[in-house]
Amino acid sequence: MEALLLQVLSGLATGGIYASLALAVVMIYKATHVVNFAQGEMAMFSTYLAWQLIQWGLPYWGAFFLTIALSFVGGVLIERVIIRPFEAHDAVLAVVTVFIGLFLILNSLAGWTWEYTLKSFPSPFPAEAYLGGYLSGHQLGLFFVVLATLAVVYAFFRFTPLGLAMRAAAENPDSSRLVGIRVSWMLALGWGFAAALGAIAGIMVAPLVFLEPNMMGFVLIYAFAGALLGGIDNPWGAVIGGFAMGVLENIMGVYVVGTELKLTVALVIIVGVLVVRPSGIFGSAVVTRV
Amino acid sequence: MSAHWRLLALLAGLAAACALPFFLSDYRAFQLTLVMVYAIALLGLNILTGFNGQFSLGHGAFYAIGAYAAAILMAHYEVPYWATLPAAAAVCLAAGFLFGLPALRLEGLFLALATLSLAVAMPSILKYRGIAELTGGVQGLVLTKPDAPFGLPLNQDRWLYFFTLAVTVLMFVLAWNLLRGRVGRAIVAIRDQPIAARAMGINAALYKSLTFGVSAMYAGVAGALGAIAIQFVAPDSFQVGLSFVFLIGAVIGGVYSISGAVFGAFFVLFVPHISEGISRAAPQAIFGAFLIVFMFVMPVGIAGFLRLAAAWARRRTHRSSHVTGEAP
Repeated sequence: MEALLLQVLSGLATGGIYASLALAVVMIYKATHVVNFAQGEMAMFSTYLAWQLIQWGLPYWGAFFLTIALSFVGGVLIERVIIRPFEAHDAVLAVVTVFIGLFLILNSLAGWTWEYTLKSFPSPFPAEAYLGGYLSGHQLGLFFVVLATLAVVYAFFRFTPLGLAMRAAAENPDSSRLVGIRVSWMLALGWGFAAALGAIAGIMVAPLVFLEPNMMGFVLIYAFAGALLGGIDNPWGAVIGGFAMGVLENIMGVYVVGTELKLTVALVIIVGVLVVRPSGIFGSAVVTRV
Repeated sequence: MSAHWRLLALLAGLAAACALPFFLSDYRAFQLTLVMVYAIALLGLNILTGFNGQFSLGHGAFYAIGAYAAAILMAHYEVPYWATLPAAAAVCLAAGFLFGLPALRLEGLFLALATLSLAVAMPSILKYRGIAELTGGVQGLVLTKPDAPFGLPLNQDRWLYFFTLAVTVLMFVLAWNLLRGRVGRAIVAIRDQPIAARAMGINAALYKSLTFGVSAMYAGVAGALGAIAIQFVAPDSFQVGLSFVFLIGAVIGGVYSISGAVFGAFFVLFVPHISEGISRAAPQAIFGAFLIVFMFVMPVGIAGFLRLAAAWARRRTHRSSHVTGEAP
């Protein structure tokens, strides 16, 4: 029983990372109806930036917030320069191909600049265990960082005029244009926020998995699974789905399929959700008028 | 270019392909064998993505299934290498059809997601301890290279080249035959006008999952040939990057054409060789940059570009002859 509790708690901690990345994916999906396959690599690149800033002597939290700001700018730039030309036409092939191109470029740039060797990433949280030895300091700390981030995101979209404008632009672009919202820029801001969220996820997961160019691959798959499980067009669903994936990953890994087949759990959940209930648990079903 | 000329050009190309290995080193012949292997896999992806409008980021997984089917048959059951190809094709046709069935309900983007997760999970499935006796686990399986039959005076590399060439020609002819007829028109109609296609009585569900199966079958045949040529299969050769390489080849070669598969295969196999000297990361960076640039300026790929250029040249010559004809 205690072992189970341990698995659930540490699952919730890693689930927080999946939740933030899933939220980033949903943010872009809601605004543009595409799934950003390069989200994980953007997060990985941000994490390398943070590592570099810390190496240059910045204090941890200084590097943390500076990286978030830089990632935001980077996300907006990527949308403006690379993604925007494809905004108009609704060709899945073009968009997915561009995402894969972005994926490859970011991955190889990171490898080129910082080598492919594993790097350890510092944690600002104390090293001793908490909650009767169930959680490491970092796991507990990252849990609170993720919760704080989600609170900030919620407050932003709920209480600020800009947040409202962004929601409106995603919900109903035509009407938003009529009331004077610059929809295209709102999309770019959405990309910025998604990149910043990814940066937080990357920085928080790096001390657990070591820093290397391919570190976000499996994280992204779990984040996708979480987003789909919760409902790809529902931010809260995605967050809950992300946490659920963290717990599920641990429990399935330990008790059911063994650690080797953990990734298969994500595969089964992705395919299962898409087949049985494509809108996820909390999402809304898509109705198309013929 | 009229049909006559095209046929002539194809025959000339085929003759050149037959003569080529005698002028090249064994290593070059081996490389060209791999080009043909990739061309078959890319052709499968073109049929699926270009002609049917479905999306797959997971063809590396079907390539892996084909490779393992061939390797297991050869290593454990002593099946001759040529007989493993139909087996690999059948296994992948079934696997693709079964994966395509639920995938029917998914529109483009989510199909890409589902297939991507299949590709990511594939190496860990192949490493799974429960089937390690069959698959060789992390170490994989080592195969023997086939000798030329009937006492033909060819060494192993050259014989494999000709064997692969024959299979490639067969697969391309099959694809051409499939796409130019009734079935092909139905496949394309589902891509362009899904609702109208259904109204015309095309069973879209059946055609879509069959196309997925056929496409996976091409990947599987390619995987089996690749396993025979490289004489080795291991889970880590089938990482998700392989699926990306297939996508890159299909897009750059020209996803809406049959010949594009050949251009794409040359591109993905030779560009890394050329650029590897710069940095370990260079091939990937170049692939990524090419993908984005092609989507901006040449979304029809090399084959589509050549077709456009040919049409343009024909219009020009046509117009000039027309003008001279009218001159008094």
